[in-house]
Amino acid sequence: MSRHVLSVLVENQSGVLSRVSGLFSRRGYNIDSLSVGETEDPKVSRMTIVVRGDDYILEQIKKQLNKLIDVIKIVELDPQQSVFRELAMIKVNTTMETRASIIEIVSIFRANIVDVSNETLTVEMTGDESKIEAFINLMNNYGIVEVVRTGLTAIERGSRHIKIQTRSEEE
Amino acid sequence: MKAAEAIVKCLINENVDTVFGYPGGHILEVYEALRKSKIRHVLVRQEQAAAHSASGYARVSGKVGVCITTSGPGATNLITGIATAYMDSIPLVAITGQVNSTKIGRDMFQEADITGATESFTKHSYLVKNENDLPRIIKEAFYIASTGRPGPVLIDIPSDIQAAEIEKLVIPETVNIRGYKPTIKGHVGQIKRAVKAISESKRPLIIAGGGVLLSHAEGELLSFVEKTGIPLVHTLMGKGSLPGDNRHYIGMIGNHGFSEANRAVAKADLLIIIGTRVADRAWGGISDQTNEEARIIHIDVDPAEIGKNVGTHIPLVGDARTILTQMIDRVDRVDTDEWLKELKSFKKEHIKRKKEKAGSIDPKYVIETISKKLDDNAVIVADVGQNQIWAARHFEDKIGRRFLTSGGLGTMGYGLPAAVGAKIAAPDRQVVAVVGDGGFQMSLYELGTISQNNLDIIILLFNNSRLGMVRELQDRYYGKTNAVDLDKNPDFIKLCDAYGIKGVRINSDSELEDAFETAIRHKGPFLLECVVDPNESTIL
Ligand SMILES: Cc1ncc(C[n+]2csc(CCOP(=O)(O)OP(=O)(O)O)c2C)c(N)n1
Repeated sequence: MSRHVLSVLVENQSGVLSRVSGLFSRRGYNIDSLSVGETEDPKVSRMTIVVRGDDYILEQIKKQLNKLIDVIKIVELDPQQSVFRELAMIKVNTTMETRASIIEIVSIFRANIVDVSNETLTVEMTGDESKIEAFINLMNNYGIVEVVRTGLTAIERGSRHIKIQTRSEEE
Repeated sequence: MKAAEAIVKCLINENVDTVFGYPGGHILEVYEALRKSKIRHVLVRQEQAAAHSASGYARVSGKVGVCITTSGPGATNLITGIATAYMDSIPLVAITGQVNSTKIGRDMFQEADITGATESFTKHSYLVKNENDLPRIIKEAFYIASTGRPGPVLIDIPSDIQAAEIEKLVIPETVNIRGYKPTIKGHVGQIKRAVKAISESKRPLIIAGGGVLLSHAEGELLSFVEKTGIPLVHTLMGKGSLPGDNRHYIGMIGNHGFSEANRAVAKADLLIIIGTRVADRAWGGISDQTNEEARIIHIDVDPAEIGKNVGTHIPLVGDARTILTQMIDRVDRVDTDEWLKELKSFKKEHIKRKKEKAGSIDPKYVIETISKKLDDNAVIVADVGQNQIWAARHFEDKIGRRFLTSGGLGTMGYGLPAAVGAKIAAPDRQVVAVVGDGGFQMSLYELGTISQNNLDIIILLFNNSRLGMVRELQDRYYGKTNAVDLDKNPDFIKLCDAYGIKGVRINSDSELEDAFETAIRHKGPFLLECVVDPNESTIL
């Protein structure tokens, strides 16, 4: 089952998130992540939803989402034409001996250290998923205390953008 | 003006003259405003019936059905009715009271999250937070309920909002929801492809669903069939889309349909599916034998139905009536004489009167007989179970007749309250509620509503002292039955008598004609109880 990234414009009002997430759970669609926030128009929110499914499932997901009155537009983002990013915060165990080597890895990954204590370091990083996975893998050697991830958010490259108007016609 | 009065004004603006409901503490303001209005309020005996009655009303009147209840238990009692309407795409607006808006979320007395609870089977819902939004919300609700693929819309209104003052009521003239623009007209390119596919077919077949009736496309469908010569089968919900005596009419498909109709689907080289999702019950018994080569044209107003249950070669999104109109001018006659002859040869003699079983009546004969005796614009409402299938298989469709049932959710207890709504929508048409002794008892309380309003409804009760359809399944799969025995049923005639409703019980075929004549002649509600053998089968 392949992975797809959907960018969904929705009315920014209460209940929308539950309608969208409820749709996924009751129709048995697999969702990897969902992130949501306001757009350039405060009345509109944009959800970035990462789903797994074959062509049939993906088509059903798009059509069923389109049926929700609060959904304005759905665009599937082409990975080649888009920038995918996620923010992760990772708290790792440190000792006097390991601290230097962790800091070295952090700088190789262009991540930031946002907090330090006697026993831990907290790293903030953005990147695509593979970068974050790779970093987490390395940190496992030191002992990870906590991982927090926002889920993917995405935007199209170049001048392409998703216009906020009425929902696109099906097919 | 009080918001509650504005609500009622908005309802009147939507052409509402009748609502079905049940009052309570958190909807008092609306009831007070209703009292002062010209809207007729029909007091049901349980809120589930309010939704079913509104559904029956909607299906017969062609308008949006409206039901109103209080918060908490009143609202939760509506749930089954709303879900039933959703599955059959019936346009409803349900208005529920809610606790004070500043107290929501604190588990107040009679608080229930009804928008949350009904989320998966409302087309849309609103929790009103500001009284000034009411005119727009009500306008939108009626628009959403009745356009595109129809369905129930719920408006939850906190009690303080009902009581709030609205400075000036301005009802918007139009609706503009940017996320909701249903497609009505068919795509011309696709229509051309469909027309071409029709001209190339040798064994074309129409499968008509409930969408034909919802879009009032019976007339266009008839012209289309007559012009092209294409035979037609239908789903349970599509019953009534073509008169039964039309020579292109083959019959109902599905698990409980006719074998010749199912065989027609299997043999066709082109299926024109109109207004149906072709769910498992309709496709059952066919899917394994359909012609792999058959091409499929699928017409549906809901794009999500296309390709969901059956694959499609030519999708046609839009309103059935509009699309049929678009197609009629473009299609030519297909030479279907051979095909029709073949289909007619599949047809078996259906009503083989078995030997009369002493003390019981043949339900198929009953439906056949009443079908002959009822008017050409009669409404028949079938509950769920064997009674439903008997009615669906043997009640003859005519132009103007209407067959109502809960096809999607299969909700027992639908029949009686839906008949109430139907009768109130069309007081001059004969209305018959066909019910089993199980389903009758699920909505027995509505005898109160029927009696109070002196509704001229014939209740045709098939009393087999069993939950017949389940009894049959258990017999077939396990050879034993469990929990389907209703032997200690009350005396239904006496029970109706207690409500002031007349009735007779018959247990032989020979008594039927007279008894039914009496039922028809009787002014006011009438119970005709037919004693049926507990082992009577659904199909054979
Ligand atoms: C609310 C509800 N509960 C349970 C069922 C399952 N069910 C389907 S048919 C049936 C039996 C119906 O019995 P009855 O109303 O006596 O009608 P009959 O089949 O005997 O004609 C049952 C229990 C249902 N459809 N709806």
